Amino acid sequence: MSVDTASESITAPVEVAHPRDEQIAFLLMTLALIVAPLFAYPFFLMQALCFALFACAFNLLVGYVGLLSFGHAMFLGSAGYFSAHIAKVWGWPPELAIITAALGAGVIGIVTGALAIRRQGIYFSMITLALSQMIYFFCLQAPFTHGEDGIQAVPQGKMLGFINLSNQMILYYVVLAIFLFGFLAIHRIINSPFGEILKAIRENEPRAISLGYKTDRYKLAAFVLSATLVGLAGATKAIVAQNASLTDVHWSMSGEVVLMTLVGGLGTIFGPVLGAFVIVAMQNYLAGFGQWVTVIQGVIFVACVLAFRRGIVGEIAHMFKRSL
Amino acid sequence: MIPLLGISTQALFGQLLLGLINGAFYALLSLGLAVIFGMLNIINFAHGALYMVGAFCAYFLLQLLGLNYWFALIISPIVVGALGMIIERTMLQRLAGLDHLYGLLLTFGLALIIQGVFQNYFGSSGLPYAIPRELSGGTNLGFMFLPNYRGWVIIFSLIVCLATWFIIEKTRLGAYLRAATENPALVRAFGINVPRMVTLTYGFGVGLAALAGVLAAPINQVRPLMGADFIIVVFAVVVIGGMGSILGSIITGFLLGLIEGLTKVFYPEASNTVIFVIMAIVLLVRPAGLFGRTA
Repeated sequence: MSVDTASESITAPVEVAHPRDEQIAFLLMTLALIVAPLFAYPFFLMQALCFALFACAFNLLVGYVGLLSFGHAMFLGSAGYFSAHIAKVWGWPPELAIITAALGAGVIGIVTGALAIRRQGIYFSMITLALSQMIYFFCLQAPFTHGEDGIQAVPQGKMLGFINLSNQMILYYVVLAIFLFGFLAIHRIINSPFGEILKAIRENEPRAISLGYKTDRYKLAAFVLSATLVGLAGATKAIVAQNASLTDVHWSMSGEVVLMTLVGGLGTIFGPVLGAFVIVAMQNYLAGFGQWVTVIQGVIFVACVLAFRRGIVGEIAHMFKRSL
Repeated sequence: MIPLLGISTQALFGQLLLGLINGAFYALLSLGLAVIFGMLNIINFAHGALYMVGAFCAYFLLQLLGLNYWFALIISPIVVGALGMIIERTMLQRLAGLDHLYGLLLTFGLALIIQGVFQNYFGSSGLPYAIPRELSGGTNLGFMFLPNYRGWVIIFSLIVCLATWFIIEKTRLGAYLRAATENPALVRAFGINVPRMVTLTYGFGVGLAALAGVLAAPINQVRPLMGADFIIVVFAVVVIGGMGSILGSIITGFLLGLIEGLTKVFYPEASNTVIFVIMAIVLLVRPAGLFGRTA
């Protein structure tokens, strides 16, 4: 990589958008995901899809508003607890459990987002990290989360009364539908007039303010949307794995989603999906190596930041001068 | 013993003392973060990991070379500082001119590597490190019993903090540093080697973290993850204090340690979260932090 003289933004300005390329890439991705259960374990794929949605929703904030949150695990984990508790203790059907839990994460997003957007840059990252650590301690101590044990044996139930989620293949396609819904929602958001303003804030916030935009409101709205979609991923993940635990609220999970997005390509549409699959696959294959997985993740972090800042999809897009 | 609000004075002062000790560590760590932030404009995520390395360094010096606590107090910050300078020279320097968030991502990756390696070899349990003979025992102050080592930690870290403040605010070297923070290009034009100053600053900042690690070794056990959760609290301390002022970092650190100690006495359930709650309140009332300059 050549030496950059100007200050390079965390998401290098993307090339001109090519809606056709994006459509083709989207169709290819959807086709691949439809046939994927023939070649890989559905459970692995469902985990990866939940993380992919998690990373896409995280990328909405860092890639398009330029806000690097280091506390997104709080939305993933708390939505997991909400949906597990609602499905198991209240006995609600899975679709209501997932929707309610996602909205619950959105409410947490309103409170934490309103605090975090009061500072920019590095402070924003530190504040989100500290707030998520507070949520972590809350989850550790609150009675309904069952502390170290977590909520286990969450019933999967029947979605809409007739879709039996205890069948792995049916569950897979339901998770795929949820993922595609979230993915398209994010795509819609970033290509809407609202999304254009978000990008304007990322590029030059004082200028956006001088044009009369109340940038704080836009940032908060993006933060809450991101939190809600992360909540959707976390709630689905709890139903898939049939448990909710402290792992998903821990700060290391916030780090993992940053890594997934960084590997795939910050500010690219498809990057977070690919990054999530790469990292989840790596964790599966290296599960026997214990703590070395952490070390490898750290090495990937360092390597990406030093030499590979565009990520996989970002490099491909750059090679073909396209936005993906 | 006079009970106060149903709590014995012994317990109250005991917790206040623990709070002050934690406050000393908050002050040393947030001071290092502030010094590094001033020069490099990055937040050093590896600070907690290097604090842990400092403690392990003291442990190795004793186990492998038989060098006691007093040697560790000098050697460990130098070793970790040198390690920091290598990190700065080989990696952080390449990020100059890029978005500052890349520095955060890089140091986060470094923290994962360092902590992961130590966890592989030492697991998650703690290794004991004895209090030096000269500082064992305690002193009866009349109203409470003060273990000598704890008193030493508070006084020594206060001295180190104030010395740092003196160097940066009152000496010629500090003046160069402050000038380079404001306008590095102009300071270079005067023939001062700014990149070398940046490297030394990073080394000094992480050296402070290692010093805190050595001080912590006899109190908390030496553990691979001793800095992992701790550094998040220090980040909250930094947000509360704002990184604009050296003296501000020191005062905020000690103050928040005291508040945390008081919370342990009166409402122990909240002792883990009280600093985060204070951070939220400060953000609402004074977003730039208690001692911060408004951007």
